[in-house]
Amino acid sequence: MSDLLKIADKVYQSRLLVGTGKYTDFAQTRAAIDASGAQIITVAIRRTNIGQTAGEPSLLECLPPEEFTYLPNTAGCYSADDAVRTLRLARELLDGHKLVKLEVLGDPNTLYPNMTETLAAAKVLVKDGFDVMVYCSDDPIIAKQLEEIGCVAVMPLASLIGSGMGILNPWNLQIIIENAKIPVLVDAGVGTASDATIAMELGCQGVLMNTAIAAARDPVLMASAMKKAVEAGREAYLAGRMPKKLYSASPSSPTTGMIA
Amino acid sequence: MQLIINGKPRYFDDAILSVANLVSTLSLEGKRLAIERNGEIVPRSKFVETSLADGDKLEIVGAVGGG
Repeated sequence: MSDLLKIADKVYQSRLLVGTGKYTDFAQTRAAIDASGAQIITVAIRRTNIGQTAGEPSLLECLPPEEFTYLPNTAGCYSADDAVRTLRLARELLDGHKLVKLEVLGDPNTLYPNMTETLAAAKVLVKDGFDVMVYCSDDPIIAKQLEEIGCVAVMPLASLIGSGMGILNPWNLQIIIENAKIPVLVDAGVGTASDATIAMELGCQGVLMNTAIAAARDPVLMASAMKKAVEAGREAYLAGRMPKKLYSASPSSPTTGMIA
Repeated sequence: MQLIINGKPRYFDDAILSVANLVSTLSLEGKRLAIERNGEIVPRSKFVETSLADGDKLEIVGAVGGG
């Protein structure tokens, strides 16, 4: 029974991808990620703190790249040029690593993606040999265009980054999933376990989240809940749900052998 | 000598001759980093041979937690 997530010719057992931000400390980060069972983890690329105390622990020591597949992101980038530059630095930082998460934001209040810049960056990155997983709006046409450019996965938002509002437009996600020949993952907006399950029941190949785990009262317990939620949603999707009916004339217990 | 490192000017009494020299001066040896000099990535394998000049702009980045 092997049901594996395949992205850019590499397979993963876990369909839950998690971010590494917003945790109290590295110990909590590590505990939550272990509880989530995630194999792919996102990281941000930032200026090194010059003059920081020597021996200060780093993310790479807490989460060794040999143990996880790193997904460097372009969080905070507002132009295609900045995003491309960031990921070229990430590739150098991670010894030629090709798998990346592209996101180009359009507005600092909502963090809504700027899809014009995202499309432009995707073209450059694909040409440059990157395997691009791309954060995008839940617009089926844009998702198709990103696939045609050569992205290895499209990752439409469920709702705004960090909002925890859940899946606001399951119908658009369904259209994107139906049309796509590459994996579709929900990225952003998941608030609790049921949101992740719904995404998987719709037929998503995976879910990427950060705040839903990190901002829970007990992040490690929520990470465990998310692991189960993603697995449950995937199994329900594969099992094929019963059709919805307003009422049923077919009870679950026998209609014969009644005592009265 | 003056270098702009991560957007801030820094002054050095002695000349910093190479990127490798800079990394050791800043006590960043052994840390996993990527470095850009005047907008161009300097591969780690070229730290020793890449010389620096007064006024060079350097970006030194690493991986941090993010979503």
